[in-house]
Amino acid sequence: MNITKSAKRATISSLLLIFISMACFLPAAQAAMIGTGQIMDHSQAKQDRTHVKALLNRTELAAQLKNAGVDPVQLQARVDALTDEEVALLADQLEQLPAGSGILGTVLVVFLVLLATDILGYTEVFPFVKKTVNLN
Amino acid sequence: MAQKAAQKVALLAILMLLSACASAPQTQHLLATPNNLPDKIELGQTPFFPQQRYQCGPAALATILTHSGVNTSVSTLVNEIYLPSRLGSLQAEILASTRRHGRLPYRIAPDMHTLLSEIAAGNPVLVLQNLGLNWMPQWHYAVAIGFDLNKRKIILRSGTVAHHITDMDTFELTWARSQYWGILALPAETLPASTDAERYLRTVVALENTQTTKQQWPMIHTAYRTALSRWPDNLIAQMGLGNSAYQLADLNTAAQAFRNAVRDHPNAGVAYNNLAQILLEQGKLSDAEKQAQRAVTLAGPHLESYRSTLADIQQAKTKADRSANPS
Repeated sequence: MNITKSAKRATISSLLLIFISMACFLPAAQAAMIGTGQIMDHSQAKQDRTHVKALLNRTELAAQLKNAGVDPVQLQARVDALTDEEVALLADQLEQLPAGSGILGTVLVVFLVLLATDILGYTEVFPFVKKTVNLN
Repeated sequence: MAQKAAQKVALLAILMLLSACASAPQTQHLLATPNNLPDKIELGQTPFFPQQRYQCGPAALATILTHSGVNTSVSTLVNEIYLPSRLGSLQAEILASTRRHGRLPYRIAPDMHTLLSEIAAGNPVLVLQNLGLNWMPQWHYAVAIGFDLNKRKIILRSGTVAHHITDMDTFELTWARSQYWGILALPAETLPASTDAERYLRTVVALENTQTTKQQWPMIHTAYRTALSRWPDNLIAQMGLGNSAYQLADLNTAAQAFRNAVRDHPNAGVAYNNLAQILLEQGKLSDAEKQAQRAVTLAGPHLESYRSTLADIQQAKTKADRSANPS
């Protein structure tokens, strides 16, 4: 238990280090230029406050993605390509957001319910319910 | 015995009632007033990548990226968007991955008419469907590539089926459960068919707000130029053009963009502020001071930044005066 905990802590702190050092390599924010995003969303104070939080969120999300089975090599690039808002959303709800996976197996009761709703045209789980129509 | 028979009849009656209302409102409306939609179309050139286990996300994304000219593969995209613990892919990561491949992930307006208009304009749309029910979701990504209004059908690249034809009403019901989530993968030079300035610019600004922008500034710059070709006096697009030119160290283009912005929007303090900063860096200090003064006079939520720009300019001026008259 202690070992996993300290391993987790080590992961988080090493990720934090990577992200902070990354932030240092980014071009220093030009205080005088006002960014397009700030113009669109008006409130500058809000943006400044969220910047630090966003950095922490990115670290947190990278750790969560790692636990979720993402290849550690991919973590940084995946987190970097998200906007601050997307990072905040994922860090908060990684296990609840819709995850598109396609057609899966289902237990019998569910099968019958969905079969009925499929026949009625409310759902489309089973490909055999509707015959393919030739449009030509 | 009689009771059981009555139950059966009741059940049958309910089912028949339900089947009578299995038509979807937007499809209904769309067929009544199709406006400029063609009767039928199919983007047959759209590539097809059959999905592997749970990986409809990478397969669908590979479809629209390849269609827009990106050279990629499903296995690359699995690394970018597949989430093993969820046995699936999340919407936000699909947007992020599209950006990584140099395309704008444009979310179309959430309705059937827009979806069909985009298809009619030659843009396959990646959609998220819930094929199950709200309390028993079965989330699935597919790519809408065609439709037939008369037969009330929609055509998808879906899962392992290259040419999946389904009822338009059923499709609408399954798509509605994702709040009609659908995206295009647009090159920076291309506008969507259904143009909505705010929606398009939000897509570009989002790209600016990720951490991987260094290599992407040329693309961002092009996208703002594309936006200006359609909305020549849009302030956000003018500012975006100037800001991206500044990031690319093209001060002349940046200055021109901000001059256009102050010409079209004389009350936009941000435009004067950014113009002043460019002029400062070009060494045009008097003009810079004048523009910064205007920003400060206009005030607004960015007043602190305007003051700091003005202070920087005045400091540079004092320094320049001192070296000109060393007494």
